[in-house]
Amino acid sequence: MDFMVFQYPMITVQACLDGILLGILFALIAYGMALQWGVMNIINIAQGDLVILGGYIAYFMYLYGIHPAWGVIVAPIIMYFVGVGLYKLVINKVVDRDLFISILATFGISILFMQLMNFAFGADVVLANSGYGTTFLFDSAVVLPNSKIFSAFISILFAICLVIYMKKSKLGRAIRATAQNARAAKILGVDTEKVYAATFGLNAALCGVAGALISITFTIHPYMGLPYTIRSFMIVIVAGLGNLPGVAMSGMGLGVFEEFADYILGTEFRIGSVFLLLVLILVYRRFKLSRKREYLK
Amino acid sequence: MKINKIILSFISAVAILLSTSVVSFAKVVGDKIVLGAAISLTGKYSSNGVHTQNGYNMAVDRINSMGGVKVGGKTYKFEIIYYDDESNPKRAAQLAERLISQDGVEFMLGPYSSGLTKAIAPVTEKYGVPMVEANGASRSLFTKGYKYLFAVLAPANLYLDVAIRTAVELNGGKGVRIAQAFEQDAFSQDVRLGILDAAKETGSEIIIDDKLPKELNDMAATLVKVKQMKPDVLVVSGHTKGALTAIRQIAEMKVDVPMLAMTHCDAAKLSKQHGKNSQYALCASQWHKTLTYKDNFFKDGMTYAADFQKEFGYDPPYQSAESSAALLVFKDAFERANSFDQKKVRDALAATNMQTFYGNIKFAPGGQNVDKPMVLFQVMCDGAGKCENKVVAPLKWASAKLIHPIPKWSDR
Repeated sequence: MDFMVFQYPMITVQACLDGILLGILFALIAYGMALQWGVMNIINIAQGDLVILGGYIAYFMYLYGIHPAWGVIVAPIIMYFVGVGLYKLVINKVVDRDLFISILATFGISILFMQLMNFAFGADVVLANSGYGTTFLFDSAVVLPNSKIFSAFISILFAICLVIYMKKSKLGRAIRATAQNARAAKILGVDTEKVYAATFGLNAALCGVAGALISITFTIHPYMGLPYTIRSFMIVIVAGLGNLPGVAMSGMGLGVFEEFADYILGTEFRIGSVFLLLVLILVYRRFKLSRKREYLK
Repeated sequence: MKINKIILSFISAVAILLSTSVVSFAKVVGDKIVLGAAISLTGKYSSNGVHTQNGYNMAVDRINSMGGVKVGGKTYKFEIIYYDDESNPKRAAQLAERLISQDGVEFMLGPYSSGLTKAIAPVTEKYGVPMVEANGASRSLFTKGYKYLFAVLAPANLYLDVAIRTAVELNGGKGVRIAQAFEQDAFSQDVRLGILDAAKETGSEIIIDDKLPKELNDMAATLVKVKQMKPDVLVVSGHTKGALTAIRQIAEMKVDVPMLAMTHCDAAKLSKQHGKNSQYALCASQWHKTLTYKDNFFKDGMTYAADFQKEFGYDPPYQSAESSAALLVFKDAFERANSFDQKKVRDALAATNMQTFYGNIKFAPGGQNVDKPMVLFQVMCDGAGKCENKVVAPLKWASAKLIHPIPKWSDR
C-alpha cells in the first residue's frame, strides 16, 4: 500500500484527470454494449476484440502514412459492415435464444477474432503515433498527453451524435421501439431483423472509434481485448441499460477508481481491482434484489 | 457391424505399426542427424518464434552446405522436425514428449521464451535428451540441477546489471537511486532480481519498485512517481509491450531521467519506428552485429547480418543470432563426442569452450553460458531524425560513447 497519491495534491489531481479521460473512452465502449444488450438482449464477449480490430485499422492507416486520427472516421465505417456481417452470419441465429447461448456464441467469436488478428497482423504489440504533444497544467505539475484529451473529446462527440441520432432518426426510433417491446414493434411494422443488424453494426462502429483512439493513446495487441470487454460489462452493470448519463458517470468513476487503485495498490492490481469491484457490485446487486423479493412475498 | 469392427481394428493395427516403426526410423537416419524443436509459430510469441526458426534454418543450411557434421569418419547433415507449440507451455511439453517418444528424436533444440523452455526441460531431462536452447534466459532454468539443458545465452539476471554498474561508475562510484517497473513474468522478474543484486553490491537504493500487469498498456502512475521522486536510473522490463508503453508515455509526459534502461528494444523496433521518442534509451541485448566475435561458418556479426538480410529480408534480431549459435554448438559437440550416444554428446556439450560469431560459449554446471557478457546499446539519432542502435557498453566493444545524462526534454 502506498498513499503517495494523497500526500501530494498534484498527484491526486493528475490521477483524477487521467482517470476521467480514460473513463470517457471506456464509457463509449460500454455505451455500445448497453445498446445491443438492451435491444437484442445479447452480452457481447467479443466487444473488446472489436475494439482491437478498430485499433488495427487506425494502425494500418498510420503505417501507410495517413494520420491515425482519420481512423476515427474510417474505422467505424469498416467496423459497421463487420458488425452487420457478424450479425448475418452468427448473431441472428442466437438473438432470440437464451442469454447463455449468446454468451457462448460471442465467446466463440472473440476467440476466433483473436486468432485471426494474430494470424493476419502478427503477435507484435503496436501503436500509432499521433504526434499530438503534451499539455502542462499547474506549472507543469500535472501532465496530460494531448492524445488522451483528443480521445476523450472524440468519444464525447460520438456519444452526443449517437444520442441525437437515436432520438431524431427513423432508425433510432425503430431501435428504441424494438428495445421496449420487440413483438409490439414488429406488429407495428418495424423490421426488427433490420433493426438488430443495424444495432450490432452501430455497436461495432462505436468499438471501431474506440479502437482507433486506443491505438493513438495506448498500445494494441491481438490478445488485449478482454480487459475492455470486462470494463464495459462492469460499467453497464453499474449504470443499467438505456441510461446514458449513468454509463458516462460510471465510466468516469471506473477510470478514476482504476487510477487510484494503480497508485495505492500498485499497477499489478489495476485490472485485478476492476474484477474485484465487479464481483462486489454483483454481490451487492443480488443482495438488494433478494431483499426486494422478500418484501414482495 | 462386424465388418466395421474389423476395419477399425485393422486401421488401429496399422496405426500402431506405423507409430512404432517411426521410432526406429528417426534420430540419426542414413546421413541425417534429426533434431526436434517445438517453436511458437502461432500465438502470442509467433513473431519471436519465427525469428528463432529462421535462425535455426539459417545455421542448418550453412553447416550442411559447408561439409556437415563429421562423426566416426562419416559426414552427416542436420535436419530439424518442427512442431508449432501455439505459444502454449502445455502444448510445448506435449510436443516434446511426442518428438521424443513418437518421432524418436534424440537431440532437441529449445523453443522461444523462458516459460516454454521451462515446460520442456523436465521432459528432455526425463528422457536424457540433450537440449541446446537459445531463448530461455530465466535464472530458474539453471538452478534446478538439469543435466541435459544447455543455454547459449546469458541468464536474465545479467541483462541490466551492466546498466546499474555503469550508472554507479559515472556517479563517481557512489550508489545511485533506482526506479524500476517490471512485468510479472519469469523473465522480467529475473531481470529484477539481477538489479536488486547489483543495487546491493553497489550500495544503490531502490526508491520505486513497481510491478506491471500482463495486460499493461498504461504506466502513467509509475511515471508520475518518477517525475516526483527524480531517480538517477529508470529501469523498465516488460517485453515488447513494456518497451513500447514506456517509450510512448515517457515522451508524452516529458519525463526527465538521467538514464533509462530497458529490455526488448530491438524486438519493439524502437529506433526504426519510434525514432526520436526512443532517443537515448539504453537497451540490454544478447548480441549486436557490430561485435567482433568470429567463427568459420558465419565469419562475424556483420557478415551474418548481411547474409540473414539476404535470405529473410530483415535485419537479424539477437533471437535469430543466438538460435543459429545453438546449432554451431551442437555440431561442435557431436564432432568432439565422435558418437551419437546421448550421454557422450551431453558430456561433450558440458565441455564446450568455443567462439562463435555470436559470442564465446562455455557452460556453467547449471547449463547457462558464462563466457558471454550482455551488451548495452543506446538509441542514437542524427540531425535528420534517423535513429540507430549503437553499442556503448562494455567498453571493449563500444562503437559509440554513452550519452549521459540524457538531455532534458525541454532542451531537445
